[in-house]
Amino acid sequence: MEGKLYAWIIERCLPLKPDTVMEADVHNNSVPLENGSLAPVDRLRRDRSDSPTPGLVEGTEPGAGLDSAMFVHAQSFEDLTADGEQEEEEVQVQEGGDGSERGLEVEKPRAEGEEREETQGQQEEEVQPGGGRVKEEDINSEGWRSHRKHVFVLSGKNIIRSIHAEGYKVVFLRKSPLVLVGVSRTRQSERELTRELLYIYYQIISLLTLTQLTHVFQLKQNYDLRRLLAGSEHLTDNLLRLLDRDPGLLLSAVTCLPLPSSTRDTISSSLQAAKAKSLVFSILLAGSRLVTLVRKKDQVLHHMDLHLLFNLVGSSSSFREGEGWTPICLPKFNTAGFFHAHISYLEPASELCLILVSTDREDFFNLSDCKRRFLERLRRRSAYQALQEALQAPSYPVAQVGIPELRHFVYKSKSSGLYTSPEIPIPYQCEEEQERLMRLYQYLHSRMHHPTRPLRSIYRCADKENLLALVTSGFELYLCFSPLGTKALAVSTINKLLKWIRKEEDRLFILNPQTY
Amino acid sequence: MMAERRLSSLGESPLEVEVGPRLLRVKMVLLGGSGVGKSSLALRFCKDEFKASTPTVGCAYLTQVVCLHDSTLRFEIWDTAGEEKYHSVTPLYYRGAHAALVVYDISKKESFMRAQLWLKELEKQYIPGETVVVLVGNKADLSDTRQVPLQVGYRLAESKGLLFIETSAKSGEQVSELLMTIAHRVKQSSSEVRGLIEWPEAECVGVLQGERSSLLGACCSVGS
Repeated sequence: MEGKLYAWIIERCLPLKPDTVMEADVHNNSVPLENGSLAPVDRLRRDRSDSPTPGLVEGTEPGAGLDSAMFVHAQSFEDLTADGEQEEEEVQVQEGGDGSERGLEVEKPRAEGEEREETQGQQEEEVQPGGGRVKEEDINSEGWRSHRKHVFVLSGKNIIRSIHAEGYKVVFLRKSPLVLVGVSRTRQSERELTRELLYIYYQIISLLTLTQLTHVFQLKQNYDLRRLLAGSEHLTDNLLRLLDRDPGLLLSAVTCLPLPSSTRDTISSSLQAAKAKSLVFSILLAGSRLVTLVRKKDQVLHHMDLHLLFNLVGSSSSFREGEGWTPICLPKFNTAGFFHAHISYLEPASELCLILVSTDREDFFNLSDCKRRFLERLRRRSAYQALQEALQAPSYPVAQVGIPELRHFVYKSKSSGLYTSPEIPIPYQCEEEQERLMRLYQYLHSRMHHPTRPLRSIYRCADKENLLALVTSGFELYLCFSPLGTKALAVSTINKLLKWIRKEEDRLFILNPQTY
Repeated sequence: MMAERRLSSLGESPLEVEVGPRLLRVKMVLLGGSGVGKSSLALRFCKDEFKASTPTVGCAYLTQVVCLHDSTLRFEIWDTAGEEKYHSVTPLYYRGAHAALVVYDISKKESFMRAQLWLKELEKQYIPGETVVVLVGNKADLSDTRQVPLQVGYRLAESKGLLFIETSAKSGEQVSELLMTIAHRVKQSSSEVRGLIEWPEAECVGVLQGERSSLLGACCSVGS
């Protein structure tokens, strides 16, 4: 099946120093490249150059919010891997903790004592397109063995981190009380695979909470976890599919539905007005794109939790027919407790899905009323029509940017945690090619974020395309050019692209995030 | 048959208001193991459709209006997830329900065992005479691979004084009959024991007419 090498014919890495090599039409040249602090300085926020350059500081890059950030500040990959090590300690804290960190009351799950005579829980997941109930495969079959990737969830102790053998990588992630094992024939790095396992782990936590998970294994060491995970296989399948396809999970960022800023502001303020006491987050989605997010003051959502919500919505048909009401743990917010999410589509056949995250499990009717009020307000202010129109063209072709030989790009604003990307162009539209493009980006990403030898930029000629990646303190940019492009051309396009994104940032990003 | 109905209530908060002519709220809950067809039954009740679906996440809330000759009932249907991980929240939905459907799959014996566990659970909670409980053997279209004989289901229902019916959400067989019977039964038991909450709405959005009721079961609601 897969497993063949994707050929890098010419392996050339040419590190560029963006601040020296590239011409910088600097408007704010007094600003040092690294400001050393994660929180952007207020003075800089106002300094939004129309011709931004790579030497921008975080907080002034195109796409950076004008006010506070919506998400927990996430550097990206480091955030994930670093917390992998912290987590062990966190578990200890959680066990004795009161479960209401960050000042919000979150309901603790009721763990029940479970009795069942079975040995180690073992769960197997495959990448399967489409929702629907997938029949469990026979693990002795050739078909099962030929999958590109397998994920096992075990309980118990293990100290091995990874095994490399005959083109297979076996990666272990120990998150007490579980051990996640990934078996892969892809060329992904150990770190990439670990990150994917971490997502799977958080997916499990989002359904059960860490408290409940720890509890069942305390009661019974050889508890068969499949019992509690039954019915959620499609969530894991879909998550693995997203990990292969969605740049957001790779970049630790979320993309927005392009929308005139006046329309988006109207939607945000309508959502803001439809509040309830127990509401923490109100999120409007169009497919897997964010339309807007309103949050309780002082509460921030982690992009990973948002991706888990996207995955929940995207892989379940049950919110289509009625209003969904479900307990959900947002593990990056709090692994100990459940929120309760009211999830419903604005119309049965619509792509627009509203998620209202509440702390009160008995507040269904109140939230249902919030949705009604939101819709009413939206219609009254005729934003609904504008939103419907925007859905007709949910993205933009790369040609709009007007850069020759540019096929595709992904731009992430670090301070907002939002990214933008044009439509997948024709050469990459089939599933296989789309995943190949993603693997190229994944490769660039892993080079840029290498734990010991990180790069600021990289240019690469492959047989079917040329690639350029650039990471500064303000943004990350990945570009894909046709093989006819040259390095000089690629480098010269960066400022033009940044300028274009700056011009369009009102439409492509959420610049005015709202709170209740 | 099933006419159109409103998908979602969009929000009337469950205050105990009593205005207007005879629009009554009926809280109905669907219980049972995973994959027995609870969501498919709910979809049949509300839209008279059948679609393959993924397992329900948490719970889904749907509504359907049923018109009887002298009153109109608005069913507020709580379609619960069958998976064990959601059991801790299920009592929210059967608490105070006027009708509870305990569903099993006639082609899976295990689901029948689970239905019995649900019945035990319900018995701990219900207020005698208030909840109309129906044991529903779903997937009647799979009678070729039947593992739970009709008589076994019937006898269980009879021994506990429940209504019993076999349905097929896939073909639609017996589904509207089931809903009509519940409507009558709920109406009847409520006028005997306690009033249903009336709604300040006069118009009847969806109409489900028909007086056929071909339930096999004995005729008392739980506990009477």
